[in-house]
Amino acid sequence: MGMTMAEKALARASGQGRVEAGQYITAIVDRMMAHEAFAPCAITLKRLGVKELYDPDRVIVILDHYFPAPTVRMAEGHKLIRQAVEEYGIKHFLGHAGICHQVMCEEGYVLPGHLILGTDSHTTTYGAFGAASAGIGVTEMSYVLATGELWMRAPPTIRFDLKGGPSPGIMSKDIILYIAGVFTTEVAQYRAIEFAGEVAARMSLASRMTLSNMGVELGAKFAFFEADEKTTEYLKGRTSEEARTFGPDPDAEYEAIHTVDITGLEPQVALPDNPGNVEPISELVDQPVDQAFLGSCTNGRLEDLAVAAQILKGRQVNPRTRLLVTPASQEVLLQATRAGYTETFLQAGAHITPAGCGPCPGGHMGLLASNEVCVSSTNRNFRGRMGSPESQVFLASPATVAASAITGRITDPRRFWSETTLS
Amino acid sequence: MISKGRVWKFGHDVDTDVMAPWSSLTEPWEERRKVILHIRPEFAEQARPGDIIVAGRNWGCGSSREQAPENLKNLGIGAVVAESFGRIYFRNSVAIAFPNIVCLGVHDVFEEGDEMELDLSTARVRNLTCSTELQGQSYTAEMLNILEKGGLLNVLKERLLNKAGG
Repeated sequence: MGMTMAEKALARASGQGRVEAGQYITAIVDRMMAHEAFAPCAITLKRLGVKELYDPDRVIVILDHYFPAPTVRMAEGHKLIRQAVEEYGIKHFLGHAGICHQVMCEEGYVLPGHLILGTDSHTTTYGAFGAASAGIGVTEMSYVLATGELWMRAPPTIRFDLKGGPSPGIMSKDIILYIAGVFTTEVAQYRAIEFAGEVAARMSLASRMTLSNMGVELGAKFAFFEADEKTTEYLKGRTSEEARTFGPDPDAEYEAIHTVDITGLEPQVALPDNPGNVEPISELVDQPVDQAFLGSCTNGRLEDLAVAAQILKGRQVNPRTRLLVTPASQEVLLQATRAGYTETFLQAGAHITPAGCGPCPGGHMGLLASNEVCVSSTNRNFRGRMGSPESQVFLASPATVAASAITGRITDPRRFWSETTLS
Repeated sequence: MISKGRVWKFGHDVDTDVMAPWSSLTEPWEERRKVILHIRPEFAEQARPGDIIVAGRNWGCGSSREQAPENLKNLGIGAVVAESFGRIYFRNSVAIAFPNIVCLGVHDVFEEGDEMELDLSTARVRNLTCSTELQGQSYTAEMLNILEKGGLLNVLKERLLNKAGG
């Protein structure tokens, strides 16, 4: 019998010919990514007397949650990280490039079939490139940095076959919110996901990243797309390593296969306080918003900014609403500037922030006051996520965020824009 | 490894952000502890060492922030017994040696304030208030080893010592 993508990747990582779902293994990790959580890892490792990491060349450190430093304490944290990066001989340090998940992919650190662990739950994003990637905490990361390995249980896999469409005005974010709403935020708990089918095949890598990113919101450990020619084409020139196509065996065994037909799908909105609390936008009763946020590792990429710019061009952000635009990386900001999008945003009255995680986890800039409401292109709307425990977050696509910024209430983007963006 | 305690009861999908809000992550403990599980404002103040949390499905969904289980451990919570857990939270709990047990049916069998007796090595869950017993999912030998050693860092320490010695 064949293997799923998760089984194949873990068989490779554990040096075995075959791994089956449910099996416990010890895996050697290909890449270890740490953001600001590298600071506590470094402190721990030094305390334990670890002078050398397992392999510094496998380690990538990126500053994104607090960049540029908002407080002296954070500045000290960044300083500590820079010193530790130096001491441990880590060459892959990207202190000011943008959000870790975006930067990891842009820099070609994510390769199909590899096992990648990161100190951020949205490390599942790299599944868009066919990588087995998952988030871990700082204690496990400290262990991995020192030893190169970690215990793991090979997860069973569920497959979502995406078919139908194209649906005008619908983005990949609407598809993942729809899945969370229909199948719940536990559907993939302790499991891997494979997104497949004709819609998955025609999606851009940026759109795939949105689904893989929110795979963790369905409980998933890994959230794969098959690495196809589009994937290897993207990686050309970004990595010196060989990037091969990577997919499941044709006779792989799945725990469940769900078919999702997106024909006629409406824009979707997740209501507070759970990403699975989803309704089609036509069901949503008039909802004013104080803040609209376009950015994050879910939806701060060039295609997201392009759609928002298309909607905002020649229009104004509602005076009662503030629109924050945060590109996912410096590269995205540069491309958006060349394409004229940043000018469109500024003319519409939006505020552009440096690339980073910013308001999404309620860490840095754009926090919400009590009883304020934000419509956001991010991945989580947990209670108090973006500021006051009495604030509320509604999740939606970049198109819906842009349309809502114009009207000051959550608005169907098809009112302003009717072209298909699924490519 | 038996622990006994008074039960606090929570529902489904209690996420890591309410266990450890981002704005509190860099605060000193005295500030940080006030907002732990702020969906029940009295919890942080009234929870006593040894208390046990009973929860529904998907306890600890969300972030990789280790402060979520760490906050509960620091507060003195003896264990969490839930219908299911968010996987990163669950792994983090093992790594810092904070007991969390999956036990189907636990949410129905316990009321707030009941007394629980929990055997971690066998995952037997007993409601002493109404004399009911449930079988939870046992830890694997490797996870139990990490818990018994007091966390993954102690395992690492031992490994480094062996390496140095060998």
